[in-house]
Amino acid sequence: MMTNPTGRITQGQFSFLPDLTDAEISLQIEYGLKQGYAWSVEYTDDPHPRNTYWEMFGMPMFDLQDAAGVLMELQNCRKTFPQHYIRLMAFDSTRGIESIAMSFIVNRPAHEPGFALERQETHGRTLRYSVRSYVADRPEGERGNGKA
Amino acid sequence: MDTGTKARSDGAGATAITDAKKRYRAGVLKYRQMGYWEPDYVPKPTDTVCLFRITPQEGVDPVEAAAAVAGESSTATWTVVWTDRLTACDNYRAKAFKVEPVPNSPGQYFAWVAYDIVLFEEGSIANMTASLIGNVFSFKPLKAARLEDIQIPAAYVKTFKGPPTGLIVERERLDKFGRPLLGATTKPKLGLSGRNYGRVIYEGLKGGLDFMKDDENINSQPFMHWRDRFLYVMDAVNKASAATGEVKGSYLNVTAGTMEDMYERAEFAKDLGSVVVMIDLVVGWSTIQSMSNWARRNDMILHMHRAGHGTYTRQKNHGVSFRVIAKWLRLAGVDHLHAGTAVGKLEGDPLTVQGYYNVCRDSFTKQDLPRGVFFDQDWCDIKKVMPVASGGIHAGQMHQLIDLFGDDVVLQFGGGTIGHPAGIQAGAVANRVALEAMVKARNEGLDIAVQGPEILRKAARFCSPLQQALDTWGDITFNYTSTDASDYQPTPAVAH
Repeated sequence: MMTNPTGRITQGQFSFLPDLTDAEISLQIEYGLKQGYAWSVEYTDDPHPRNTYWEMFGMPMFDLQDAAGVLMELQNCRKTFPQHYIRLMAFDSTRGIESIAMSFIVNRPAHEPGFALERQETHGRTLRYSVRSYVADRPEGERGNGKA
Repeated sequence: MDTGTKARSDGAGATAITDAKKRYRAGVLKYRQMGYWEPDYVPKPTDTVCLFRITPQEGVDPVEAAAAVAGESSTATWTVVWTDRLTACDNYRAKAFKVEPVPNSPGQYFAWVAYDIVLFEEGSIANMTASLIGNVFSFKPLKAARLEDIQIPAAYVKTFKGPPTGLIVERERLDKFGRPLLGATTKPKLGLSGRNYGRVIYEGLKGGLDFMKDDENINSQPFMHWRDRFLYVMDAVNKASAATGEVKGSYLNVTAGTMEDMYERAEFAKDLGSVVVMIDLVVGWSTIQSMSNWARRNDMILHMHRAGHGTYTRQKNHGVSFRVIAKWLRLAGVDHLHAGTAVGKLEGDPLTVQGYYNVCRDSFTKQDLPRGVFFDQDWCDIKKVMPVASGGIHAGQMHQLIDLFGDDVVLQFGGGTIGHPAGIQAGAVANRVALEAMVKARNEGLDIAVQGPEILRKAARFCSPLQQALDTWGDITFNYTSTDASDYQPTPAVAH
């Protein structure tokens, strides 16, 4: 069980707020589309803070201008991976940015076991740190849908 | 102009003497006769152009004063020297080309001065500043002088590497997008032991902050040796990262008495896995550029605390505007830069502060007189600096801060986190909830400048730490008139 104030992983733009409804998610998607971003749906069962590459649920939707279409992709992803972490990411291709402009979690497993901090004592009083997902010692796809 | 000696009688004219024989006869000439005033001069694309605000002594002609500024910031000495004739001296002379009275400021003039690219060593802010803010600022015929703005030519910009990380790559490394970053400076500034200090770091980061920060005067004093601080802080950072699933950091201040000490501290921070190190502005330009190189070699974010800048940036009639310092720091290569809050406890008119932010973050900065920006500036794809708003701000001002500064900023609530009545974690939660609620509302199309207080009250209904923060600080403002506002538009302080 995670012991931080939210009791859950707090990656993304809105993890400290109550879960966004689909209507609220649509408003965020629309905002991104108005800025000219391309939306993408990604999922994982290992939300380690340095696990950069979550799986892509299809390619970024560069030509999709309709929030309903993005939401439909999200719903498909939720149906396929109901107990995974799912995030929406918006890409901005403007010169000098060319990176991610928005990112927020839109689906979580019922149970979030979180991470262990491993310390290795080395020279002097120096420690080497390692953050390990509690679920990561099981193979991908067999991580108990987030249940520890 | 009276330079303290008697000008030669053949030098009574107001323009440059073109006859070389007359020009180089021993004696004293007026600066404008020596070639430092060229009203028809059109700056070349490779010239650096400076705008000085000058206050000549009584009876000193403003054009002659402007020519003197050009002279004293480039080749001139007080008397004619024949050795000029061994050189292509026309190129080395800076040229004042325009003088205008400052609006609504009797006795003050704006002087535009152009400098040839040959004058400055490539990639050296130390060299550029030695000319532009060197002797000239002590020159007797001027009561006061201030470097208001600078236009740096693309050719010179490209001799610098700029920020080692830049705000785009910083976000990618931290995996944090689409919202301001949140930080806090550990308090009290002085006296905490390493172990007690790490406690504050842990609580703040676990509560929801992205960064904690050493203060500018935390180096390695008797109460806390730097190694002790780094060890405890990094335990706190890693523990909080595991507790939240987020990348976290704490700016480890590596400022020290010598460059060797600074490298040693930075290396230790790297060994411990820190994502960021910090230096103070008082270390000086060469040290800043050296640390920037170090940070680039070691994948490190370089945080700049602008300690000391107020001694020369704050008074409008004398010194250097912070917008110039910000431009130099972007070239010198820092990733974070304290650039003001507008609404907090420290000096800063809102539009002027926005001008500093734009200088840090723009790809191309356009002339913007109400924000104090006098020149277009092409940044030539040099990376962007993440501005930091820190000093006397609290969750109740979240709507103003996001409205003024947008997403690309680190908002640092030190007292506003650590002083929370329910503890540091609660303070961090309050700030993060206020931040996320405000970003969400803005994206939904609400006018946060107007509806901000209501958005905060609504969010406080599901977040009692935010309610407590609003109850404690909701009506705290620092509503004083700024000493440094634009000359081109009245800029009232931000009302709460």
